Amino acid sequence: MFPGIVRSSSRHLPCRRSLMTVRDALNSAIDEEMAADPKVFVMGEEVGEYQGAYKVTKGLLQKYGPDRVLDTPITEAGFTGIGVGAAFQGLKPIVEFMTFNFAMQAIDHIINSAAKTYYMSGGQIAVPIVFRGPNGAAAGVGAQHSQCFAAWYGSCPGLKVVTPYSAEDARGLLKAAIRDPDPVVFLENELLYGENFPVSSQVRDPNFTLPIGKAKVEREGTDVTITAFSKMVGFALKAADELAKDGIKAEVINLRSIRPLDRETINASVRKTYRLVAVEEGWPQHGVCAEVCASVQEETFDYLDAPIERISGADIPMPYAANLERLALPQIEDIVRAAKRACYRSK
Amino acid sequence: MAASSLASRAVASLSPSISTGASRDDAGSSSVVGFHKRSSAFTGRRVRISSGHGSSAAHGRRSCVVAATAAPVKESPPKIADIELVTREEGLELYEDMILGRCFEDMCAQMYYRSKMFGFVHLYNGQEAVSTGFVKALKKDDYICSTYRDHVHALSKGVPARQVMSELFGKATGCCRGQGGSMHMFSKEHRLLGGFAFIGEGIPVATGAAFNTKYSREVLKDLSVDAVTLAFFGDGTCNNGQFFECLNMAALWKLPIVYVVENNLWAIGMDHFRATSVPEIWKKGEAFGMPGVHVDGMDVLKVREVAKEAIARARRGDGPTLVECETYRYRGHSLADPDELRKPEQKNKYAVRDPIAAFKKYLLENGLASEADLKAIEKKIDEIVEDAVEFADASPLPPRSQLLENVFADPRGFGIGPDGKYRCEDPAFTAGTAEV
Repeated sequence: MFPGIVRSSSRHLPCRRSLMTVRDALNSAIDEEMAADPKVFVMGEEVGEYQGAYKVTKGLLQKYGPDRVLDTPITEAGFTGIGVGAAFQGLKPIVEFMTFNFAMQAIDHIINSAAKTYYMSGGQIAVPIVFRGPNGAAAGVGAQHSQCFAAWYGSCPGLKVVTPYSAEDARGLLKAAIRDPDPVVFLENELLYGENFPVSSQVRDPNFTLPIGKAKVEREGTDVTITAFSKMVGFALKAADELAKDGIKAEVINLRSIRPLDRETINASVRKTYRLVAVEEGWPQHGVCAEVCASVQEETFDYLDAPIERISGADIPMPYAANLERLALPQIEDIVRAAKRACYRSK
Repeated sequence: MAASSLASRAVASLSPSISTGASRDDAGSSSVVGFHKRSSAFTGRRVRISSGHGSSAAHGRRSCVVAATAAPVKESPPKIADIELVTREEGLELYEDMILGRCFEDMCAQMYYRSKMFGFVHLYNGQEAVSTGFVKALKKDDYICSTYRDHVHALSKGVPARQVMSELFGKATGCCRGQGGSMHMFSKEHRLLGGFAFIGEGIPVATGAAFNTKYSREVLKDLSVDAVTLAFFGDGTCNNGQFFECLNMAALWKLPIVYVVENNLWAIGMDHFRATSVPEIWKKGEAFGMPGVHVDGMDVLKVREVAKEAIARARRGDGPTLVECETYRYRGHSLADPDELRKPEQKNKYAVRDPIAAFKKYLLENGLASEADLKAIEKKIDEIVEDAVEFADASPLPPRSQLLENVFADPRGFGIGPDGKYRCEDPAFTAGTAEV
């Protein structure tokens, strides 16, 4: 079998000047939005003098001053509530959580004060706030620093939940989130911050935004659809390369948005390939993949040629030991195996 | 600068009804270096932590303060020269514990840079006097609860260095089978309740352990339970809601707990004074009706004096105490922290107050130990730490089969019946009794 000539955006090597890291993408997005709108401000732990725990807000304090880049004490419930209250009155806070694990101390405000208020007030009070920070597993950081919250926030009406993968996603979606009149939960990934992605001049434009609620087909294919978000998109693309060697052309969908979930794109793809592998890093039960599977089962059942495959993290708190951690998270081999099973090609 | 005024205070207050800390004993300011029997503010003074002056709950605030009395509690004031703060045996034990803490943490840094340990590692260098001073005043049955900066608390409490090192390497022989890691040290045997990544999280957990003691005594009528709990946390934590909520409940229910604040003035890169409206943390005890004490956390003997008194108070049933230990961490927040924001002047100021160097000087000057004794201890600890590394290196990684273990204590559900079998296997039990 000829593997054919495979082109994927991650393999294309453009010249250095059109590369951008996810960290720089986020930093430039916040910078530009703060410059354009004085109502936008940043709040969180270590965002100012420390330049950001992960350096995402580097340079912003120097540029905009301590009145717009606020270092908070360690009191998530308090400062998140303050941010929500400020948003009630029309300001546009960007609340940074050092990781989304810490947001559990503030989740009452994210859900009850932010997500539900527009509804409870009968359309009177909108909450134009962005909650952002790293989500999901990093490397060896243990059970309390590794949880993926996409499914939890994704189940809540009133919230928009986005999960960028590339630098283009990060820039476009963050700018859209900041401009959005509703509360947006912006789930980044610590391991992606330093990764370089090619960006076009269009992406660098200060008015570049991406629509919230639209997925992107990262790689076209005809044999099996693989959906993923955040770091798993990279894994899915590598898995697609592996599968191509065996003559399986996988279509990789970068969900970009968990809520609203782009059911149309997913279903259109399955109507083309007839097979689905849904991938996520978080826990299996009630996960994002469960929703993807339900949606496809409901809308595209007649097209399916194989049962839907679901790859997720292991159903355990994240272990610390390096070998156990590796076993607890989806790896490229797992995606390849599942895709082959869906194509009835497993040995 | 406010920091130095904190440093000069050895005790919170000398006035029984108002704890402003205004009347400060000047002798306390010489506590910086030199544990001299004569110059230390603690020498010859007993710290008496007294509760309110006869006011009932119906009256407004009870003034619970720490009063450093000019004369000791005992009847006849002994001469200063007669007072031994510590015996030779105790002194050597304290010294050994501090050296173990320091040596172990230094080894952790080396191992981290050799990629033997990974993730987030937070080291305790500089703060040894607090762990040693407090934990060595506990009984074996007492509980401690910590934050992510927990290696030395674990060692002081008695968790073997081998087990801690193995845990850090992620091996199956670690104290948590490699599943917890640096930030999640637990030991049922040694009553170490963790190891929490979120600051503030350990405080309610510790308060719950203290509640356990009270409940065991009063509801279960088991008077053999008299465990006291220590909660260790930092200055950043004291701005967190959980801290205040627990101070309130502990005082309300008179729980046998001591809240130990390791105020090292920094929360990652956030200066304590930038984050806190009232930086004197010890003052917050009074707002909740418990004594608030400030102590020089670089002086192990002072910490120990306060610790003994606070622990005794808790064990008597008189309730909680808030102890603020002024201390400093010599390394960054974690091994990933570039530590760019702390000024060299501040670091040097605390470097000369190294608790280990100071205590060594005290032991030598007061004839409690010789150079040879201390060198022998240092050598012994070196060997223990080296052995711990070798043990950890040689230990196996957790097997694949361990991945799904320890999620539930009762994995099958419903528990185990009186005949020793899983209840879920008994069809009569699982069918239920409702008729549909």
